[in-house]
Amino acid sequence: MSEPALLDVKDLEAWYGESHVLHGVNFNVRRGEVVTLIGRNGAGKTTTLRTLIGIVGKRSGSGLLGNVDLLKVPPHKVARHGIGYVPEERGIFSKLNVLENLLFPPAWKTGGMSIDEIYELFPNLRERGATPGTRLSGGEQQMLAIGRVLRTGADIILLDEPTEGIAPVIIEEIGAALRILKERGITIILVEQNLRFAASIADRHFVLDQGKVVDEIPNSELDANMDRLNRYLGV
Amino acid sequence: MTDFLGVPIPVLLGQLLLGLINGSFYALLSLGLAIIFGMLNVINFAHGAFYMLGGFVAWYLLSRLGLGYWWTLIATPLVVGLAGIGVERLLLKRLYRMDHLYSLLLTFGVALMLEGLFRHVFGSAGKPYPVPTLLSGGLNLGFMFLPMYRAWVIVVSLAICLITWLVIERTKLGGYLRAATENPSLVQAFGINVPLMLTLTYAFCVGLAGFAGALAAPLYQVSPGMGSSIIIVVFAVVVIGGMGSIGGAIVTALALGVIEGLTKTFYPAASSIAVFVVMVLVILIRPAGLFAREA
Repeated sequence: MSEPALLDVKDLEAWYGESHVLHGVNFNVRRGEVVTLIGRNGAGKTTTLRTLIGIVGKRSGSGLLGNVDLLKVPPHKVARHGIGYVPEERGIFSKLNVLENLLFPPAWKTGGMSIDEIYELFPNLRERGATPGTRLSGGEQQMLAIGRVLRTGADIILLDEPTEGIAPVIIEEIGAALRILKERGITIILVEQNLRFAASIADRHFVLDQGKVVDEIPNSELDANMDRLNRYLGV
Repeated sequence: MTDFLGVPIPVLLGQLLLGLINGSFYALLSLGLAIIFGMLNVINFAHGAFYMLGGFVAWYLLSRLGLGYWWTLIATPLVVGLAGIGVERLLLKRLYRMDHLYSLLLTFGVALMLEGLFRHVFGSAGKPYPVPTLLSGGLNLGFMFLPMYRAWVIVVSLAICLITWLVIERTKLGGYLRAATENPSLVQAFGINVPLMLTLTYAFCVGLAGFAGALAAPLYQVSPGMGSSIIIVVFAVVVIGGMGSIGGAIVTALALGVIEGLTKTFYPAASSIAVFVVMVLVILIRPAGLFAREA
């Protein structure tokens, strides 16, 4: 517990137009850790990621990465600090094929994966290079969206609901890939509704409710806290 | 055979050439219009005004500052492009998140103001602009006389259109542009300065319009109304080609120029509506335009 946080998010607030959607989100993640943001629909999980990336209009608070505050960085420079964003809707470009999608984001940091390494991680993508990106199945598009940011040298990945609407077999493959990334020292902030999937890779869980982090549960204590968690999630 | 359907061949070829010249201007203008629509989602009604501005900048540089044609051809797009940066940064940028209608009204207003301003300062009469000496005269092709300046206009317009198309369709920069039309916030999240890219795209496209204006100066006179008289046809070209389709805009522009020229030969009374008849037919048969990409 003594290791300092790699990314320390404090008092994050965000607005969509007039509506105030985040009311002070606090959490942190250490290097090489996987943390999840869990909570009901509309709790502010996706908005938290979008706020860190700079996609929402109005925001306040801080997201300290070393001595850099991500909230003070212009949105188009966030990626240069090694932040890789995999949006919920995956964001595969329909006008580009699979390989072009993989090659699309500029590599801002050294140490990114090569195309071959990405194909090794996601064998489904191999041989599909010339296929238009959006012709892939949902699961394969998810793999492509994750693979795409790995090339950039990103060492913190913001991953928004990678299992949503995806066949169980593919979910297992994605889970296996994320474990490999974790072993490689990549830090992952995962928004997830699928608790079983989250528990299989995360170190800690932050529970969001109505735009705030209301609880933090270490993965090792997840079973003991199941009742509490289910109350938050309204299951 | 010196006749084709009762029209002497030299007359026919002359009209075809005129059609190609007009088509070249349509191409330079509709290319920019299509890119601006595709990338910025803005229907740039001010495009004709920037074309007119280009004509006036070229005229001013020559007649007041004594800058020669070739330098003018380089300086004009830069000046007009800078004006475009001003319009985009100060005005247009604020409207991206709103309905098309707002940017259409804004650019329409900008066009009216520019045109009015130039009418007020320079009067409505056309300003003459001499053909550069290097391009004066012409070639006798045997079957017709080809004025050098006209040949130059066609060649340089086509070259610029082709280069622009290649940059957008075949380069990394073009890839960023195309992706930014699909998902600007994600492209930005990947570390690309999308707002700057949009500003420069707008500047480049209106710079092209300015270039077309400078190119047109020796052919037609420079007058405040030159933009509004061409822009309506250019809009028709973009609609026929398919909004946002760049290759479509270029091909359609040339084809329509030629169709206009042919109509002028065979049925002069219909020449000014030929383009719009084609537009109506295309909208009836293929509403998205001839070259629209399937969604």
